[in-house]
Amino acid sequence: MKNNKITGRLLSAPYLLWETVFILIPLGMVFYFGLTDRTGAFTLENVLAMMSAEHAKALWLSIGLSLASTLICFLLAYPLSMILAHMNVNQHSFIVLIFILPMWMNFLLRTLAWQTLLEKNGVINHILEFLHMPSLNIINTPAAIILGMVYNFLPFMVLPVYNSLVKIDPNVVNAARDLGANELQTFIKITFPLTLPGVISGITMVFVPALTTFVISKLLGGSKILLIGNVIEEEFTQAGNWHLGSGLSIVLMIFIIFNMVISAIFDKNGEGNML
Amino acid sequence: MIKTTAQKIYVGLIFLFLYAPILTLILLSFNASRTRAKWGGFSLKWYAALFQNREIIQALWNTLFIAFVASLAATVIGTVACIAINGMGRRKRAVVMGITNIPMLDAEIVTGISLMLLFISLGLKFGLGTILLSHITFCIPYVVLSVMPRMKQTDASVYEAALDLGASPVLAFFKVVFPDILPGVLSGCLMAFTMSLDDFIITHFTKGAGVDTLSTKIYTEVKKGIKPEMYALSTIIFVIVLLLLFLVNKSPREKSDAAIK
Repeated sequence: MKNNKITGRLLSAPYLLWETVFILIPLGMVFYFGLTDRTGAFTLENVLAMMSAEHAKALWLSIGLSLASTLICFLLAYPLSMILAHMNVNQHSFIVLIFILPMWMNFLLRTLAWQTLLEKNGVINHILEFLHMPSLNIINTPAAIILGMVYNFLPFMVLPVYNSLVKIDPNVVNAARDLGANELQTFIKITFPLTLPGVISGITMVFVPALTTFVISKLLGGSKILLIGNVIEEEFTQAGNWHLGSGLSIVLMIFIIFNMVISAIFDKNGEGNML
Repeated sequence: MIKTTAQKIYVGLIFLFLYAPILTLILLSFNASRTRAKWGGFSLKWYAALFQNREIIQALWNTLFIAFVASLAATVIGTVACIAINGMGRRKRAVVMGITNIPMLDAEIVTGISLMLLFISLGLKFGLGTILLSHITFCIPYVVLSVMPRMKQTDASVYEAALDLGASPVLAFFKVVFPDILPGVLSGCLMAFTMSLDDFIITHFTKGAGVDTLSTKIYTEVKKGIKPEMYALSTIIFVIVLLLLFLVNKSPREKSDAAIK
């Protein structure tokens, strides 16, 4: 028994050290830089800078676009997952694979390909013209950014929802039907509540990267549309004001922590996992 | 009947949405014209040019090297972490798991800048080393995520039986526990490799001048226009992965088919 404890310590110590050095201390440093000025004195100025007109605008736009893309992802992914779950594919890993496969082509190139597709003289407009339909001019607008977010993050919504649907015991659904519930009632009372952990996990997995992206807005939004991710990125790579960048990141982290707490409440057993 | 047709169309449209950009990139790799705006006829010249382009090949090696080393290191650290976490009390386990998941749940930009601040204050030289450390850090949660469920399913008494029968803890682990968790270890490793390969944001903040992965190289090319060689390279990578997956998926299916017959 005693022996076991010592081996346990020996195994856990290096990992705990790794976690401390590469996760906790770096996060602590973001807080340290965010809450101090260049002389090292405590200040709330960098955090409150989020309230300035320019930054607040970027933050609200980010929140709006990420909420919209999360909602669209959910509306697209839920019916899709239901169809896939009903298809009785024996190899669940195959479904997972189809959604992970695109990641093997570089994320930036895939997003850039949407430029080619969406441009004024792009592929989609050629097809629309051929069909005598009005052309689609969304490149360099917020709509193109939403499309890019949905495109990139849809798998993160599909996989957890699909996994939670597959795990439902068919007997539970059959029992509800036997007891006289119709299809809609069964869905509302049985199926949907059972997939809630997956849905919540999907929402977190889409909302956080969408809220904080700076790449998608840069590639599909032209140079005019600034999201909060772009503002922070520029503070670090161009303006070199780490204190301001860290301060703004602290505000972002409040959103992220709020999101994580909600998903922890709904998904206590990690049922909504992606894999 | 109508319902299933509608369902098939719906699934088809979603897959079109997911794979349209990939088709576009594959087509662009055969486009004779240098700009992606117009089609200049079929050509293989970018494939030939690709192997002459030292910068792209160097970026490819960097990307593969980082993905291999980072996913292997993350797999070892993550698996050991799972053993350690599995032996912890409930409360301690919850805290450690919570911290483990931070790099996966937190925004990549925050992970990126936090590691950048760490490396600067440690006085590390930015380059392959700092990229590797960051990649290992964000890959570990994916390994833990896929190994942990397997670990929970293993029966502790089998491991104890091995110890009683005279096996050393290390031998007992490799003979008894490891075969059980192996599928989780492998899928975690593959997941980590994929994540490392596709990462841009964290690499962007932790790379030094002069060291590029494919992602960061593409990002710097965005303004000037992407070199068509990049399309050729990504097509080659995609086709190789597709073939590998096909081969891997094919062998066990034949076996199970035979078993049914």
